[in-house]
Amino acid sequence: MTHINIASLEVGQEIGSKNFHLTRDSLVRYAGASGDFNPIHYRDDFAKAVGLDGVLAHGMLTMGAAVQVAVDWIGDSGKVIDYGVRFTKPVFVDARVGTDVLVVGKIGAIDLENNTVRIDLSASSAEVAVLGKAQAVIKL
Amino acid sequence: MVNPNVQGKKYPETDPYLVGREKVREFAKAVFSTNPVNHDVFAAQAAGYTDVVAPPTFAVVIQERSLTSVISDPEADIDFSRVVHGDQRFVSVRPIVAGDELTSVLEVASVKSLGAHSMITFNTEIFDLEKNLVCTAISTLVVRGAE
Repeated sequence: MTHINIASLEVGQEIGSKNFHLTRDSLVRYAGASGDFNPIHYRDDFAKAVGLDGVLAHGMLTMGAAVQVAVDWIGDSGKVIDYGVRFTKPVFVDARVGTDVLVVGKIGAIDLENNTVRIDLSASSAEVAVLGKAQAVIKL
Repeated sequence: MVNPNVQGKKYPETDPYLVGREKVREFAKAVFSTNPVNHDVFAAQAAGYTDVVAPPTFAVVIQERSLTSVISDPEADIDFSRVVHGDQRFVSVRPIVAGDELTSVLEVASVKSLGAHSMITFNTEIFDLEKNLVCTAISTLVVRGAE
């Protein structure tokens, strides 16, 4: 278990980063695991018919993957007590090559009284931010 | 347009959902978790949990069960084919672990219109069998107006 000393942390400090390679397989796997079978996440014809440029990743998949950067840092997913995001841009997933989502985590705020740290996550795909205000509060 | 009169409406408590160990592992794999407490019972127990811990966004599975009743409510008048997920937040009292039996109660927190679009925000409270609050899931859906 990671032991982190709150006094040694600084706002703005990077805590980790990870690249998630999303493919259509990832989308189908997430659909099955979550029960979200909206066809815009696996059928090109359906996505186009509703006016999208193509199949896109579930926002909840991007959200679920992004927090892993914070989870890996603290070593225990149960310590994430508050996690919220805005879905700002769709993540299109090409059928052949997939796409990459790069997530970087930084210390956003430190609360010594409650012994919590807010991790601010940035997530981008094709150099465009896909999540806004992605913040995870960790109980140390 | 979403019916603004559903603001404040509460939907009936869902039937208990039993969180299965393999479901937690399946979900954890789907969100690229390599955290041992999500996969390994011994690692979870060593960290003080009774069984594998569900990843931070797992509560969406429970939220979804409540959301279904709103989407299918004719009074709310939500055209699901025009729905986009706007934002999502989970405020946890304690982590969800395998073996939990969870129910949920959804309340429509607000309905706003933004030009031709509607924004509807839901608060879904998730409880264990002892009726203790486990997590509140807050979700905003954007319903795009007809062109």
